[in-house]
Amino acid sequence: MTKNKRLIWCLMGTLLPILFIGNLFYGSVSIPCQEILNILSGGEAEKESWMFIILESRLPQAITALLCGASLSASGLLLQTTFNNPLAGPSILGINTGASLGVALVMLFMGGSIGIGSLAFSGFLAVLAGAIIGALCVMAILLFFSTFVKGTLTLLIIGIMVGYLSSSAISLLNFFATKEGVHSYMIWGLGSFSGVSSNQLPFFSITIIIGLCASTLLIKPLNALLLGERYAENLGTNIKQARNLILLTVGLLTACTTAFCGPIAFIGLAVPHIARLLLGTSNHNSLLPFTLLTGAVVALLCNLACTLPGENGIIPLNAVTPIFGAPIIIYVLINQHKIQYFN
Amino acid sequence: MGKEIILSAKDLSIGYHSKGTNTSVHDHLNFSLRKGELTSLLGPNGVGKSTLMRTISALQPRIGGSLTLEGKELNEYNERERSRTIGVVLTDKAQIGGLTVNEVVALGRQPHTGFFGRLSTRDKELIESAILSVGLGIKRSSYMAELSDGERQKAMIAKALVQESPLILLDEPTAFLDAASRIEITQLLHEIATTQNRSILLSTHDIEQALILSDRLWLLTKKGLKCGTPEDLVLNHQLDSLFEDKNVIFNKERGTFVPSIKHSQGIYIKAENETLLRWGVNAMNRLGFRPENSEKKIASLTIMNANKIIYRGTDQTEVTFNSFEELTNTITELLS
Repeated sequence: MTKNKRLIWCLMGTLLPILFIGNLFYGSVSIPCQEILNILSGGEAEKESWMFIILESRLPQAITALLCGASLSASGLLLQTTFNNPLAGPSILGINTGASLGVALVMLFMGGSIGIGSLAFSGFLAVLAGAIIGALCVMAILLFFSTFVKGTLTLLIIGIMVGYLSSSAISLLNFFATKEGVHSYMIWGLGSFSGVSSNQLPFFSITIIIGLCASTLLIKPLNALLLGERYAENLGTNIKQARNLILLTVGLLTACTTAFCGPIAFIGLAVPHIARLLLGTSNHNSLLPFTLLTGAVVALLCNLACTLPGENGIIPLNAVTPIFGAPIIIYVLINQHKIQYFN
Repeated sequence: MGKEIILSAKDLSIGYHSKGTNTSVHDHLNFSLRKGELTSLLGPNGVGKSTLMRTISALQPRIGGSLTLEGKELNEYNERERSRTIGVVLTDKAQIGGLTVNEVVALGRQPHTGFFGRLSTRDKELIESAILSVGLGIKRSSYMAELSDGERQKAMIAKALVQESPLILLDEPTAFLDAASRIEITQLLHEIATTQNRSILLSTHDIEQALILSDRLWLLTKKGLKCGTPEDLVLNHQLDSLFEDKNVIFNKERGTFVPSIKHSQGIYIKAENETLLRWGVNAMNRLGFRPENSEKKIASLTIMNANKIIYRGTDQTEVTFNSFEELTNTITELLS
């Protein structure tokens, strides 16, 4: 590892705890630092509400942001390598939308009973199941087409089309649904890391961590796939098996984040590019862990940006992520002849 | 016939399998590949060279017949075993610009490494020696994106080398290269075949280099496959029919295909040496003259050197030219 790379690792490594702490200390309600330290070390706070804000809202939200950022970025990287296309990502391939459709079905047809605010555990399990089934359905469609569609570009476009189909199904559902259902679905659609309550957090974390571990086990076939499928096959990679495992991992990670936090755009697409540009390599040995780290940092940063208006409320997450994500994608596309990993 | 046979095909049928039916491209192919030899596969476009290469490398299933690799049916190999026996270099576009030469060559060790792909000391030694043997020593830490086409091809050859496979298949490895790199790559492959006792099969359109450096040639035409040493095939007129539909003929003296031109008039060419004669014939051929062996009743050309060329017409008038340019500019008028 060169000096430069080590420096970038260190930088990103220090940013993570700083931003994590920042997320705990900064919010729409201002709480004195001394009190926050007291609460975090298990002590008593001056006000009961402060304790609730820190332990039931900010802490789970920070952990959720960290895990969501990592898992969306990992999904993006896995998809970009598998589809051999720098513009692949969970949202572009329709996996996000598939999960959304599942969520919409559950939310709208169970009426407003599963409000995002009510946080009923069984309701959330239903939403999660809907998301996973939706995401896996899109995956199944992609897998089905991948058995006889040769080019990955064609497959990418099929993914986009499936995404459109799911969106129009969602619009139709909205048309027939109750007012409360539509409202809670809309709120969910804005995206937020506050969707995971402290009692759901262990379940959420374990699912995400399983998915992230699975992605690190795929490093060897991912590196082989960089050479293209026929080269990878010649290097002893079982292409079908590898591709299925990759898509399954992506499905799990995307469904879980989408169910809890809404369809979050751009993190999955942009973070792998940031990681590649900073680290200067496509080798998944270092790129994958670095992408996870960068994803966590970016998500924490976005979450912090959401609370910027201070006491006037919170900006929806999906209003923030494109502001940082879109310029990066445009930069990458314009400079692609200068960027090594494109050539 | 002392060299060990590594791959042999008997009554092999190659082609495509789609929607339950087989479309055969070639039937009853019989061939073998030996260790320590460089074999070049030649043939016109669309005749099935790539299909044959893919079938041998097991990237495409065969339709019939048998294909035996190191005494075992190719079908019976699992992916991992096969990846240690056959290494390929393809024309596929890979997304490896962001990898260094070292990392790309290291990928070739995947058939031998464990679940996480960790490299042992021996793996690293093999990678280093492969990089050195293709002459990319000073570029080992460069990104693939920074390499020339020829250097990229060398890196992929090094990748195939570290697979430690006794058989290496290359699909048009010199297709996008300039003349110097084409010669260099073919020379490198011949050297690897000989010194490392590997069997190398490459498909190519570069007939000149194939004739110079291949130990064996495979000529694939619609009629089937002909195998042999370049010399035997040339002298037995086998190359003449390679492009039979096209307007080209094989020139045995020059070892290359030339356009078949309808000659209108004969001309006798004399020259001070072989080189002058060869280029004199070249110019006259292009201008539509048929070089003849006797000067009776026809015009003649005497080439003293590159700056003195004497033309004598049938009426014995002589004209002297100072360059081929002058000659080509006026000779058509002189004869008409």
